[in-house]
Amino acid sequence: MDLIMTNQQKRIHPHKFTLWVVICSMVMMFAGLTSAYIIKRNQANWLTFELPVIFWYSSAIIILSSFTMMISKRAFAEREMGKYRRMLAITTLLGITFIVLQAIGFYQLSGSGITLTRNVAFSFLYVLVGLHALHVIGGVITLTVMLVRVFSRKSRNYSIVPVEMMSMYWHFVDLLWIYLFVFLLMIR
Amino acid sequence: MSNEAILHDQHFGTHDAPHAHEHHDHESFITKYVFSQDHKMISKQFLTTGIIWAIIGGLFSVIFRLQLGYPDSTFPWLQDLLGHWAKGGKLDPEFYYSLVTMHGTILVFFVLTAGLSGTFANFLIPLQIGARDMASPFLNMLSYWFFFTASMVMLSSLFVQTGPASGGWTIYPPLSALGEASEGSKIGMDLWLVSMALFIVSTLLGGLNYISTILNMRTKGMSMTRMPLTIWALFFTAILGVLSFPVLLSGAILLLFDRNLGTSFYLSDIVINGKILPNEGGSPILFQHLFWFLGHPEVYIIVLPAMGMVSEIMAINSRKPIFGYMAMVGSLFAITSLAFLVWAHHMFVSGLNPFLGSFFVLLTLLIAVPSAIKVFNWLTTLWRGNIRFTPGMLFAIGFVSMFISGGLTGIFLGNSALDIHLHDTYFIVAHFHIVMGVAGFFGMFAGLYHWFPKMYGRYMNNTLAYIHFWVTLIGAYLIFWPMHYEGLAGMPRRYYDFSSWESFKMFAGLNEFISFVSIIVFAAQLLFVVNFFYSIFKGRKVTTQNPWGATSLEWTTPIRPGHGNWLGEIPEVYRWPYDYGKDGRDFIPQTEPVGEHESKH
Repeated sequence: MDLIMTNQQKRIHPHKFTLWVVICSMVMMFAGLTSAYIIKRNQANWLTFELPVIFWYSSAIIILSSFTMMISKRAFAEREMGKYRRMLAITTLLGITFIVLQAIGFYQLSGSGITLTRNVAFSFLYVLVGLHALHVIGGVITLTVMLVRVFSRKSRNYSIVPVEMMSMYWHFVDLLWIYLFVFLLMIR
Repeated sequence: MSNEAILHDQHFGTHDAPHAHEHHDHESFITKYVFSQDHKMISKQFLTTGIIWAIIGGLFSVIFRLQLGYPDSTFPWLQDLLGHWAKGGKLDPEFYYSLVTMHGTILVFFVLTAGLSGTFANFLIPLQIGARDMASPFLNMLSYWFFFTASMVMLSSLFVQTGPASGGWTIYPPLSALGEASEGSKIGMDLWLVSMALFIVSTLLGGLNYISTILNMRTKGMSMTRMPLTIWALFFTAILGVLSFPVLLSGAILLLFDRNLGTSFYLSDIVINGKILPNEGGSPILFQHLFWFLGHPEVYIIVLPAMGMVSEIMAINSRKPIFGYMAMVGSLFAITSLAFLVWAHHMFVSGLNPFLGSFFVLLTLLIAVPSAIKVFNWLTTLWRGNIRFTPGMLFAIGFVSMFISGGLTGIFLGNSALDIHLHDTYFIVAHFHIVMGVAGFFGMFAGLYHWFPKMYGRYMNNTLAYIHFWVTLIGAYLIFWPMHYEGLAGMPRRYYDFSSWESFKMFAGLNEFISFVSIIVFAAQLLFVVNFFYSIFKGRKVTTQNPWGATSLEWTTPIRPGHGNWLGEIPEVYRWPYDYGKDGRDFIPQTEPVGEHESKH
């Protein structure tokens, strides 16, 4: 009964903690989908597919964007606002590039006969990659909002919490893509 | 980081936002009552919306009970109410299914999830752990408005030409996936799915806020083991919700794809109206797995908050410490963990591998252990207590009664062999209504009667409350107890008319009796609604800060707390919340430092 948290300073900021819980629930959603995928794959009528080459490039882009996000966060912590702004802008651009590449990938897939409705395997591919892309789009929108705020003269913000949260989320969608990509490469 | 700092930090750097406490003169009607960020107001919004939904959902059950109890009669007023769904005063069979589906959906999700957790998690968490508000009041507000939007979409589905969803609250495909399959699988089903997606977002926003508030915003001295059991229960409820609702969302997304984009996740080899559908390779069982991975934790999402509140109310009104605090917490944890491992017991007859089924039987029956621990602890809390039979206490005791009765039939149903006979019969209906539905409602009523003085600064009328309690308790048993017999005799659920079945004709009288009682019980609930709304405005005023003589923090706030809850500093906590009848004192508040010669509990 004597477990008292006296050192309150060391506690994680509640908003950051909240984001961790959000990430857990997103993980559950993708875990549900990928386990459904595995079960379906072991049943009849499953066609295998080749992932478009462009997904390799998009993977490289999103990994790179994780690095720029990291640098950006460090710059903010060291109060190098110019560097922070530049890196945040680059991250946003890389995020947009990623989405464009995914869209091209989808275009190529449907061109090569892998359409949404032809086989349940293809449907799964579209749903998994599409849902991930939606999560990245959400991140890009947030990044854009942050960028607009950074470049506007009105607000002065010196709290690192939003930057840290943005970076957490961005690394999460990055890791999620790596997971999905490896998953789709290994199990198809 | 301290509470104060977080609330100040809320609007990241800008200081134009309305401040947490003490001065809120500039609050307009809109920010105070509509787009409020005060957890207490949000809780009341959830409660009011939940009550309205409960009336609608309850009314639906009365309407379909009329059909079941009086299959040969016609009720002309039904045509006035329902139009072409009750031509000549006789319920349309298609619409009967819509009513059953909507009754389940509304009661399970909108009333007993949003109405119960939404109300009490929002109201009690900050007050009982000593916080000015939730970790993110803004997300909290969003949570309510997503719920409100979900409600509006669901409500609108009641008014479309082809009627609301009608495939049962579990919306199993292929029935729910094909618009040609039934009237309710047309636009009504799409609205159902959109509404549920919004509802899931609302639950997630709420749940993650509850978790992070409980873990991060407790006042000084409020260690985890000094939290009231309500908070523990709401904490585990939120974890269940956050981990299981996303899986339902993924199931619903795939169903939306199947319905609208021509995919075949759940569809294969289907002939409908003599037409062969092109869908191939899907599996409807997949949906059942995804659905029940949420669906089973969902029943604990409903019953855990009720358990927590009952523990708290029972200790207060027995003037005794709760028996086995750590065992209570441990059993909550055990139930939460097991909840994720038993979903396939809803699918014993779906063609599930019997070998796999036996694991699910074992894990299901294991839940009896923590459940029994809780029941024994409640009974031993009552044992030799100095019991005050307040309406809240009566409902708490009623909850335990319901939980025992319904829990015992759960042991029958957890066995996969018995389930072959009992599945989809009225035995199931009786089981889950008693253990989840009625017990959940009893927990909710207990909480409402108990915390009403804190919510509105007035008391509810006791006479009406006692009538409400006895009619509901006796009525619930009269309605659901006979259903066990019907179910054992093989009477299937979801049938529209039993009079044409030779085997079930003998139950005509019993069905009529059940319907008759359910109308009376519904009327008693309206009595509660009247009492509730009347007492908000005209009830007897609360004059003391701590009317129940309780130890927990919410009773240290002013009688009508403003946004920010405490006027000065947030009080510090020195002890657990169950110091009743200790060292010759009736109760010792949590805020009182431990004396030198005090005995250990």
